[in-house]
Amino acid sequence: MAVTTTAPAAGVWGTIWQGVTRSTSGLIGLCLVLSVLAFAFAGPYFIDPHNPTDTTAIWGPISSEHWLGTNHEGKDTFVQLVLGGREPIWVGVAAALITVAIAVVLGGIAGYVRGRVDHVLLQLTDITMTVPFIVLMLVVASFYRTSSPLMVSFIIGLVTWPFLMRSIRAQVLTLKEREFVEAARLQDLGTARILFVEVLPNMAGYIFINFIIAITNAIYAVVGMYLLGLLPSTADNWGLMIQQAWDNNAFLLPSAAPFLVAPMVMIMLFQIGLVTMTRSLEQALDPRLRDR
Amino acid sequence: MIDPAAPTETGGRSTDPAPDAAGDDPGTAPPVLSLRGARQVFSTPRGDVPAVAGVDLDVRPGQVLCLVGESGCGKTTTARMAAGLAEPAGGEVLYHGTDLRGLDKRARAGFRRSVQYIHQDPYASLNPVRTVQSTLTAGLRRHGLVKDGDQARRAATALLERVDLVPAEDHLDKYPHQMSGGQRQRVAVARALAMDPEVIIADESTSMLDVSIRVSLLNTLGALRDDLGVGFLFITHDLAVAKYFAWDGEIAVMYLGKVVEQGPAPEIVNDPRHPYTRALVSAVCEPDPDLARTKERVRLRGADIPDPTDLPPGCDFHPRCPLYEQGRCDTERPPLVGSRGPRLLACHVVNGAG
Amino acid sequence: MTHPAPADPSSPDGPLLSVRGVDVGYRTGRRTQLTAVHEATFDLYPGQSMALVGESGCGKTTLGLGLLRLLPRTGTVSAGNILFRRKSGDVVDLRGLAEQDLRRFRWNEAAMVFQGAMNAFNPVLRIEEHFLDTFRAHESRTRRRDLLERSAELLAMVRLDPARVLPSYPHELSGGMRQRALIALALALRPQLLILDEPTTALDVLTQRSVVEQLTELRERLRFAMVFITHDLGLAAELADRVGTMYAGRLIETGTTRDIFHRSRHPYTSALISSVPPVVGELAVPEPLTGGPPGIDALPPGCSFAPRCPRVIDGCTTTRPELRLLHARDEGLSHAAACLRSDDTELSTEGATRD
Repeated sequence: MAVTTTAPAAGVWGTIWQGVTRSTSGLIGLCLVLSVLAFAFAGPYFIDPHNPTDTTAIWGPISSEHWLGTNHEGKDTFVQLVLGGREPIWVGVAAALITVAIAVVLGGIAGYVRGRVDHVLLQLTDITMTVPFIVLMLVVASFYRTSSPLMVSFIIGLVTWPFLMRSIRAQVLTLKEREFVEAARLQDLGTARILFVEVLPNMAGYIFINFIIAITNAIYAVVGMYLLGLLPSTADNWGLMIQQAWDNNAFLLPSAAPFLVAPMVMIMLFQIGLVTMTRSLEQALDPRLRDR
Repeated sequence: MIDPAAPTETGGRSTDPAPDAAGDDPGTAPPVLSLRGARQVFSTPRGDVPAVAGVDLDVRPGQVLCLVGESGCGKTTTARMAAGLAEPAGGEVLYHGTDLRGLDKRARAGFRRSVQYIHQDPYASLNPVRTVQSTLTAGLRRHGLVKDGDQARRAATALLERVDLVPAEDHLDKYPHQMSGGQRQRVAVARALAMDPEVIIADESTSMLDVSIRVSLLNTLGALRDDLGVGFLFITHDLAVAKYFAWDGEIAVMYLGKVVEQGPAPEIVNDPRHPYTRALVSAVCEPDPDLARTKERVRLRGADIPDPTDLPPGCDFHPRCPLYEQGRCDTERPPLVGSRGPRLLACHVVNGAG
Repeated sequence: MTHPAPADPSSPDGPLLSVRGVDVGYRTGRRTQLTAVHEATFDLYPGQSMALVGESGCGKTTLGLGLLRLLPRTGTVSAGNILFRRKSGDVVDLRGLAEQDLRRFRWNEAAMVFQGAMNAFNPVLRIEEHFLDTFRAHESRTRRRDLLERSAELLAMVRLDPARVLPSYPHELSGGMRQRALIALALALRPQLLILDEPTTALDVLTQRSVVEQLTELRERLRFAMVFITHDLGLAAELADRVGTMYAGRLIETGTTRDIFHRSRHPYTSALISSVPPVVGELAVPEPLTGGPPGIDALPPGCSFAPRCPRVIDGCTTTRPELRLLHARDEGLSHAAACLRSDDTELSTEGATRD
């Protein structure tokens, strides 16, 4: 008789919590993610958001007054850094939510209902996957010069769902054959309920992991778009900071280094945190990896 | 919904004859579920396999009909047809005398709820992310039989007590992985019971459990049969289980998609007449070293089941049969006809001699 | 422990396998370990057939795997000795054997037939490849043709048609044929000991019967000793000379098959036996055993069976009973039980008259 080495925790959230905290790297990842979130969302309450242009202090060095120096307009880099995290993170999370929501609903329906519906939905994924993302963004950006962050996340979400949808469809196809689904049919529970209450919660861990992966992808997409200047923005924003640094040749000025490097470091820390957290989550949720 | 006030007698198998819910003699009560010439064919790359080749069976309230046979004999396919989980390729499945295909939407829903199916593997048949209470009451809530959380909890408690999973309070909020195989199977039975079924079709429902647990689950099922008048179509490969559970009912022995012998359980087990049944009974390993050494064994002429895509002519069993008579058994298929007493038998040799 | 004095395994008429106080544990975390088998002690003499019975989760398979050190990566034999007398006559302790010697030891001296014959074969290799691999791992020089001839002989021994089976892939055989082929493969190098884990569990009655008959026949012919793990008491009654009942990781009763089935002295053994009624005869109403075995990580104090025991007394919940010798016999066939009340006469009354 084989002995189960780890008793599964109660519920999906329990498993997720256990998965993140059981390994050192998962814990470090979680801490990184939480610190970046605290920096970006709680930080603005602890600083003075008034950050005037100061032509006397362009590309100022690191000092006790300006912790990370100043930028090409003489604005304080540190203040910009604190204020600039909210937008890319929000956009990333919202885009990921939209991607996952579309993928889960369409993937679930395609896998469970099969037939014509499945066929049509698969065609739709093919079409969506062939849409060139950057070109679409150029078109959208040229039509709507005042793209709101929500609009951005909406567009990212609308073009990135097909990959996840296909893997969710495949998983629903196998889950559907499981006996507990047949048992639910014997209880006459109805298709919608069986799909959304009986089948999909069994993939909650997998969906959660893909949600995090979608966040990382969306953040890179957003930053990339700012870098290409596709998205004009007035608010402080890590992506915009990098673009401004680029535009003002900051990489040639040693004293401008903090302005270029600081937002990049923040984005990297956040992404590394998410990725390491996901890695240990995957191990916790996949029984084949669990005992390694 | 079951009546929570119904007697929740636990454990011991009632030895009294089953008090029939309808008040008639249980043997002649009209069947709830009948199969008439039901057949099923599976297409495989190597040819069509007649999984079930024309089976007539009746399941009556408060009665047990036990299907016995080796794997691949079509007993599970028969059960799935009877449960409406698979459409027969030929013949018909009757629910209170009406063909399932002829039922209107309402009657179909009635059938769906009153014929319940219990799977073999309690590890696969319970949703791993739902608690016991949520599993048990999903159907009740869906069909408006319970209104609020309080009612649902009371109903779930009554169901668990009915299947002897007590104290029920301890189990209501558990997830399947927190329970043993026997406990899970009881939950699966309770879930079927929530639909207030007339017939429960149990497909090898005790075969994955430890011997020690098996008996007490059978006792629980027996109490449902005796107290609630639930009819059972019970599928098993284990003759000891069939004998114990179907002692007051019938056993039908299947071989390659056909019933070869059918009759009251005590007669089938203690006086098997079809050579296949005799081989089955004699092959059982008895839990008694002396009996094991003295028991008479039927020797078969061949050990392996013939290829189902290429069945021999005549009786399907003739290549293995110790009573094989050339010229008769290998040309003509023996029909399932009444033998002595309340027994059906499909064998040229035994029927010819008897 | 009042166990019979350990026999000397090095003497030629001594035991083939002598298991002394063996603990088997599983690593569950970085520093935590669960002991799944406690202090298993028994002697197996050449040619004997011993059944290990009990409910699932009681440590039967763990002990069986531990004997040949075939445990999964997290498992170890954490205490005791497993002494084995080789064909050459010298005695080795399997616990101290290096991995490389162990590999040579398996198949040659002792072979294991795993539960679920399908998984034991590599699905992409033909049956003949499995036989050739086994032979080649141990004797590299013999020619392919000779080896195939020997494989054919082995298959014929279990009444399989070598011409049909050798070139087949595992999935092309029925469950019974696979199981028989696996037994033939295990016997390829004429081991002295065969360990079988649930050899007939997934098989149909008639197939099971033919496997049982072939095992009996092979044992008479090749005189190997056998330890088989089963939850099917019928199989134990039929195939074993002696039986060991396991509960919660401990051997709680050992004796000859008759001792166990007719004069069992442990309430767990009797409950287990009475829960499977014979098929022939009138309806016997079995006594159901309530509850399940305790988890190995949460053993109750005292006797592990006490919470389910119908004959529990005060002492049971505080004192853990040791295996106590009830009837001494040679060759490891003594009857011993671990129950405070093993002397009470009322336990198995019906069996006493039958012998």
